[in-house]
Amino acid sequence: MRITRVLGAALVLLGVAAGPAVAADAPTEAGTSFRTATEIEQGQEATASGSAGDYLYWSFPADSGSRPTVRATVGLPQAHAAETWQLDVYDGLRRRQACQYGAQTRTAARDASSVELACTLRTVRGWSEPWADDPLPGTYYVRLTVVDLTATDLGLPVSATVEVSAKDIGGSAAVDGSLAQPLVPGIAVQPEESEEGSSSSAVLSAIEPEDGWSSGWWSDRWVWTAAGGALAALAGIGGYALTRGSGRPQGA
Amino acid sequence: MITRKRLAAGICALLATLTAGLAFPAAATAGEPTGEDAPKVNLVLDVSGSMRARDIDGQSRMAAAKQAFNEVLDATPEEVELGIRTLGANYPGDDQETGCEDTAQLYPVGPLDRTEAKTAVATLTPTGWTPIGPALLKAADDLDGGSGSKRIVLISDGEDTCAPLDPCEVAREIAAKGIGLTIDTLGLVPNAKMRQQLSCIAEATGGTYTSIEHTDELTDRVNQLVDRAADPVVTPVATEGADQCAKAPTLTSGLYTDREEFGQQRWYRVEVMAGQELRASVSVAADRAVSPGYGTLLRAVTVHGREIVRGEAAGNGRTDVISTGLRYPKPERDDDSDKPAAETVCLQVTHSFSAASGVQTTPGLPLELTVDVVDGPAQSSDVASFGLGRGWWLLGALVLTGFLAGVVWGWVSRWRVAVWRTN
Repeated sequence: MRITRVLGAALVLLGVAAGPAVAADAPTEAGTSFRTATEIEQGQEATASGSAGDYLYWSFPADSGSRPTVRATVGLPQAHAAETWQLDVYDGLRRRQACQYGAQTRTAARDASSVELACTLRTVRGWSEPWADDPLPGTYYVRLTVVDLTATDLGLPVSATVEVSAKDIGGSAAVDGSLAQPLVPGIAVQPEESEEGSSSSAVLSAIEPEDGWSSGWWSDRWVWTAAGGALAALAGIGGYALTRGSGRPQGA
Repeated sequence: MITRKRLAAGICALLATLTAGLAFPAAATAGEPTGEDAPKVNLVLDVSGSMRARDIDGQSRMAAAKQAFNEVLDATPEEVELGIRTLGANYPGDDQETGCEDTAQLYPVGPLDRTEAKTAVATLTPTGWTPIGPALLKAADDLDGGSGSKRIVLISDGEDTCAPLDPCEVAREIAAKGIGLTIDTLGLVPNAKMRQQLSCIAEATGGTYTSIEHTDELTDRVNQLVDRAADPVVTPVATEGADQCAKAPTLTSGLYTDREEFGQQRWYRVEVMAGQELRASVSVAADRAVSPGYGTLLRAVTVHGREIVRGEAAGNGRTDVISTGLRYPKPERDDDSDKPAAETVCLQVTHSFSAASGVQTTPGLPLELTVDVVDGPAQSSDVASFGLGRGWWLLGALVLTGFLAGVVWGWVSRWRVAVWRTN
């Protein structure tokens, strides 16, 4: 992570395609479809109010080498029957992504005040074959909705809190290759960045991690391999010294 | 850690120098062509006789609605063109035919004059029937024209009293016109039938349904919906897929909508140059009651019918959409053959929704398709990053190899010295 930050800083200094300014305030609204999903950043606690039965959408960026976890808390009305809530995560191609851990679906007991959901994705890889649905760097969509409720509870006000965090998995997940462009929907129709970057026209997804997308060059595999080479050289010298003896052979 | 840091700094400096001259992936902030027109919202208010009932915070439903409207009108963002339409406001009689045509434009959709709009709202008194269906049709006409987002907010306290015209089917027809209109419904102190009807209307257009028991809930919700209309959003382009690839429309990067009936298949074509990557995703929305258990399949097929890659998804239970996507990186050409550089990729979309019994099957389900053709396909030549290694086993193997190489070298040089000495 530190590496990417340093890298990002260097790029900003050079004036190369710096990302849009980080929004300070967490969003208080959620979208209602993939198209209108509210963009949040990792670490932000986004809130939203809605009605039971709404489909609430957020989107967040995830970069290679990280393992995102989405946590959601739904605040339920005072009186209600048992209802089941579900958290789904989709990638930039709108493919549903599997959760490794976490209660993705949970039933709130009658009159429970809230229900908590979580989903830990697989590690985001820099590249995968087109036939695989491995998580790739790009936009991720979170969909929060009730999947089972009694008719009388439909439309009652609910509140939702969503937070995305990510664990840096590091070099063990560093695969070869990278996408030419991150999996951000609509990236092919986005013209070059305008002067202010404050254009009001809409885009499908204008999301980018805080430090920009990683180039995919760096991984700690460089350190391991270089250190291995150095140790091998030392061991070689050691082995040579052992058999060759010190200095010239005696009597030479 | 220190080594790592230094190394990082070094590599970073190197990389920065390298990338400074190169094109870096463009930061994603600028917009794509969308409707530059103002977003339009039409508030449709039920002014039927039942609005007299005094059951919202001790005041009548009408008073609550008026209070909420006043607050909403104050908070409406400048750029939103707001209109107000009433239903059941004028005809107090018993004749159903006349009563069911009773819908009027109280305030025309356009730039908002807050005082004028408030005055108009103040004149309302609960009067007649509840012709939701006809009111929705008229409200959709009010919003005609322009390419901005369009939204109807329907506030009602009773189910439609104008059978046989089902407002839910009216809503679906409005949605099928492809003008990108969303209907959000709010039910004041709802009963079972009304809840079912209003949520059906909302579902048919991708809108939301809310139950209202208190005035502040009404205000907050309507405000929220008006604000949502003000958010800029990409307007999809309507297209019509064909039933076979040869007749299919050719799409370029963008966002498209279409309708697909049950059991139908839709074909589209996309031109992909060598060295480009095609990304396509599709979502099929369930805008009516469907059987649990559904799926969708998106296939990329060559013009000769060979499948390149597919995306598939299946689901179960309550849902708004089922979606899937695919990626097709077309490798760079490494020869100068005469074959055309662009390949036509056929995209086939099918879904396996089935309508619940008694539900209309036409028009088809709304389908949303995104197509992105990006330069430079993803490629990889090894499993690990640049073929580099990692871990203690690697270190052990390298040290062992190095040591053995040193030992052999030592012996060889010893032997050479021995040979030299003998000669």
